[in-house]
Amino acid sequence: MTAYDARFRVWRGDAEGGSLRDFTVEVHDGEVVLDIVHRIQATQASDLAVRWNCKAGKCGSCSAEVNGRPRLMCMTRMSVFARDETVTITPLRAFPVVRDLVTDVSFNYAKAREVPAFVPPEGVAAGAYRMQQVDVERSQEFRKCIECFLCQDTCHVVRDHEENKAAFAGPRFLMRVAELDMHPLDAAAEAGLDRKRAAQEEHGLGYCNITKCCTEVCPEGIRITDNALIPLKERAVDRKYDPLVWLGSRIRRRSDSDPR
Amino acid sequence: MATGTEPHPQRPGGVHDPSRAAIAARHLRTDRWWLSPAGTAAGLLAFIVYSTWRAFSNADYYAAPYVSPFYSPCLAENCVPMRGGPNLDLFGSWWALSPALLILIFPLGFRLTCYYYRKAYYRGFWASPPACAVAEPHASYTGETRFPLILQNAHRYFFYAAVPVAGILTYDTVLTFRDGHYAWGHMGLGTLLFLVNIVLIWAYTLSCHSCRHIMGGRLKHFSKHPVRYRLWGWVSRLNARHMQLAWASLISVALCDFYVYLLASGTVTDPRIF
Amino acid sequence: MAQVERQQWDVVVVGAGGAGLRAAIEARERGARTAVICKSLFGKAHTVMAEGGIAASMGNVNDHDNWQVHFRDTMRGGKFLNQWRMAELHAKEAPDRVWELETWGALFDRTPDGRISQRNFGGHEYPRLAHVGDRTGLELIRTLQQKIVQLQQEDFKEYGDHEARLKVFQECTVTRVLKDGARVSGTFCYERESGRFFVLEAPAVVLATGGIGKSFKTTSNSWEYTGDGHALALLAGAPLLNMEFVQFHPTGMVWPPSVKGILVTESVRGDGGVLRNSEGERFMFDYVPDVFKEKYAESEEEGDRWYEDPDHNRRPPELLPRDEVARAINSEVKAGRGSPHGGVFLDVSTRMPAERIKRRLPSMYHQFKELADVDITAEPMEVGPTCHYVMGGIAVDSDTAATVGVPGLFAAGEVAGGMHGSNRLGGNSLSDLLVFGRRAGLHAAGYASEGGARPVVSQEQIDAAAAEALAPFHAAEGAENPYTLHQELQTTMNDLVGIIRREAEMAEALERLAALRVRAARAGVEGHRQFNPGWHLALDLRNMLLVSECVARAALERTESRGGHTREDRPAMEREWRPVNLLCRPVDPPPADPAADRIVLVRTRTEPIRPDLLALFEKEELAKYLAEEELCE
Repeated sequence: MTAYDARFRVWRGDAEGGSLRDFTVEVHDGEVVLDIVHRIQATQASDLAVRWNCKAGKCGSCSAEVNGRPRLMCMTRMSVFARDETVTITPLRAFPVVRDLVTDVSFNYAKAREVPAFVPPEGVAAGAYRMQQVDVERSQEFRKCIECFLCQDTCHVVRDHEENKAAFAGPRFLMRVAELDMHPLDAAAEAGLDRKRAAQEEHGLGYCNITKCCTEVCPEGIRITDNALIPLKERAVDRKYDPLVWLGSRIRRRSDSDPR
Repeated sequence: MATGTEPHPQRPGGVHDPSRAAIAARHLRTDRWWLSPAGTAAGLLAFIVYSTWRAFSNADYYAAPYVSPFYSPCLAENCVPMRGGPNLDLFGSWWALSPALLILIFPLGFRLTCYYYRKAYYRGFWASPPACAVAEPHASYTGETRFPLILQNAHRYFFYAAVPVAGILTYDTVLTFRDGHYAWGHMGLGTLLFLVNIVLIWAYTLSCHSCRHIMGGRLKHFSKHPVRYRLWGWVSRLNARHMQLAWASLISVALCDFYVYLLASGTVTDPRIF
Repeated sequence: MAQVERQQWDVVVVGAGGAGLRAAIEARERGARTAVICKSLFGKAHTVMAEGGIAASMGNVNDHDNWQVHFRDTMRGGKFLNQWRMAELHAKEAPDRVWELETWGALFDRTPDGRISQRNFGGHEYPRLAHVGDRTGLELIRTLQQKIVQLQQEDFKEYGDHEARLKVFQECTVTRVLKDGARVSGTFCYERESGRFFVLEAPAVVLATGGIGKSFKTTSNSWEYTGDGHALALLAGAPLLNMEFVQFHPTGMVWPPSVKGILVTESVRGDGGVLRNSEGERFMFDYVPDVFKEKYAESEEEGDRWYEDPDHNRRPPELLPRDEVARAINSEVKAGRGSPHGGVFLDVSTRMPAERIKRRLPSMYHQFKELADVDITAEPMEVGPTCHYVMGGIAVDSDTAATVGVPGLFAAGEVAGGMHGSNRLGGNSLSDLLVFGRRAGLHAAGYASEGGARPVVSQEQIDAAAAEALAPFHAAEGAENPYTLHQELQTTMNDLVGIIRREAEMAEALERLAALRVRAARAGVEGHRQFNPGWHLALDLRNMLLVSECVARAALERTESRGGHTREDRPAMEREWRPVNLLCRPVDPPPADPAADRIVLVRTRTEPIRPDLLALFEKEELAKYLAEEELCE
């Protein structure tokens, strides 16, 4: 077992201001960045604020930016850095800072409330739900999301443009719309709710320019852009920009009302 | 805690918004994040320069039995006559410019609105964003919500148009199984190039996100449409390589054209295989 | 006098894991204005760590399954110490609770005919666990979270306020349950972000705070598991039940340090993984107890044949019950035959091709690859026992989830005791959360709507709670570092009241705990109240010390080995102990001297098992468990 002293720069401060502070901390074999933050807490700065929980990449609490890249601290091994490298840790830079490494992520919870919930099919009792595995798999991929909000943090639409926060739900919640729209038993359409149209008109799907940073940072490896956002864009095109589909659906609606 | 603070830099709104952690740097990335957008931009730029020159040159695009993919199908009267080749004189004699301009609009539009190329040039040329977690230099951003970028939603129409174009290029590839005297049953180095190119063109075209949607992505219940589900599965597998196919087919199409140029301009002769 | 904001609610739910959220949904749907308060962000609860599934006898895969079979399995797993009425309700209601999740949008894995797929698990007679790959807990939390959002959307439509009738106070901690006379009157809380105090006044409080694992050094539990609910109940006067029963999972990661304790799923062994010591020996063959000798293979060859042909061969001893395996690993390490980092080797790499490992154990492959940089297809894993779950908990009424002796206080989930007896079966915890979470919410809402005057929160109680919470800031010279105290507590519990227990060690543990209590009274912190983790830990220490005292004292008292309580000096399960419950009650009034005992142990007899439930078992089987006098009855 070998240990060495590593140099860290950790942002400390609050909404009033702050700065990067230098720490020299012992690092042991097999440790991750979150271990180092905990060691700083236990030995040098007991009031260093940090959010964490499961420490196994399953809860999505310890999101921060390590050397400028949005990461889960518990999933960033120290062995990826050179021993003489200074590791910089800052809070997420797309959200208001609360203190040190803790940010105010209420934006995400507000957006979650704007997405209409699953609409259960009428006349199907609990226990009588029948769904095929191939039909649930697409939405299941999106439900792997641990809500670490790294995709929300890295997305330049809101990261670089505070003013877009009102109009743009962010990748996580556009993916939630896609998840519900692909849910085999979601009865939103029957209830008069058009999720495809809403994605474009209410959740700001058009702001997304599919530059894929959300996919790059996703610790769960969800292919957010390819499997959720682009399919959702295509579905919005069906509704809003494709006269052929529009015409076809008009004709079909007349002949049968069976949902596809 | 407001001791030893850094002042908030001037431009609010993004990472320097007063509510956010006060960090002066636009980004703190230590890796070579600029490499990828720079490489992308350089690659695309090289293609644009090359293809502009070739499209406007209106020369050296036919060397029997090969027709440059930039000029196929050839839609004007001023085209070189190609025996059995894609001469489709729809425009008549009034068109005096290079016939490549007539047809290139479609593959160009297909690639311009392609979900991969959009990412590539938004990042590489417009720095929107230059790389993940690197602040972009623009004061405001509306994405694809307004004209002209809202037109990106027309991608599927270009896909529809790209399919017959790929069909004609397939026909051109079949024609390369002739020799310079139009006798069938021969192959040259060009044939091989054309074969590789047409495979890549089709793979790129079919791996398109719009195609994936049309094949089956738009369905709510795969289980009720087993054939379309299978098609969707195939397209999805190709789609995972859309970026690689985009570049490979871009390079191969340019190479084919360049090879035809070399032949037509008499720089090289086509090595025959049989 | 502390000026704090007071808010009025009907029901306050402490904890936002599976049980807490299910309770909140039920209370709100029954018309109670409900507040949920949790230490982490909404949706981050420890429930997300659950992998296996939700046990419910839906019979989708094997239609012989029904609630009686599930009940039987649960009682056997708990060595008949379960509160039988809870086990009965649990087995009966679990399927409805799972199906209900589907109507809220959950997407479980499916059977070919489109129903919820169910998988096999240790101790369950039939395939019974509804699951989503290996992330069932996440699906459960997300579904409940989204159901709450849906209810809030309804309220927004009706009242223009999302939080009119159901509000989640995230990143807040409760330090005291307040009382008006004997009745509950609310909770004293602080906001972690700002350190601001506030009081939620409510006639009914549901505790759903989960477990106590953070009192142990090696644990699969997250930082939140500091036994808050256990301690809050005790401090409010409600007793804890059978706290000696702590489940140690035999295979947790031991390396690297950052992930020490994180689970390595049981299916690794089920799929062919074998345990070896540093000498390369498959040591489990030396540890098959006599009672199991006939059911387990005697040679490696026979054990290996079992995977292919389970009907004609006996299973390998790696698949012995969790406590046996954990004990064996412990012995090997103590005998100096452990792995470099103090565990043993769990190897699948020499047992099956890499492709098959990746296909059958994808999450384990990734867990080791990403967290430990170990490729399990090429080298063995290092594993060792890890503190996983506490079967003991707040004593509750089986039907209503009401605590004993404190009107208005309810408890559900891991924090409640009784349901699992002395040992919990895999998959039964998620169903427990749903079944008793709902019951707690239901009865809390019912209790809150019973007329009568609302209980009053007195200013004296608020002042006392505020003073207690602020004490760490006023520590004198030579203040103790809460992190150091926490580490010493974890070492004490791990080494002295851990997986294998001895009388002398437990007695020593109690002395050390008393010494730690004295030092904890002097715990001090730097900085101010805004998001100060040192302060938060200092406050949680009180709870961990209190709960640890309960565990150690009860473990010392129970002179037998049963389920999650293993004593080297009393290795046998004693039938006379079957009908004995150990209740921890608070010393009243609380002693001023921190070194003095905080709790007293009381023995009570379990309620006799209802005859029709007893009739589900064979006589011979009952004779192995029940005490002499019980059999006579």
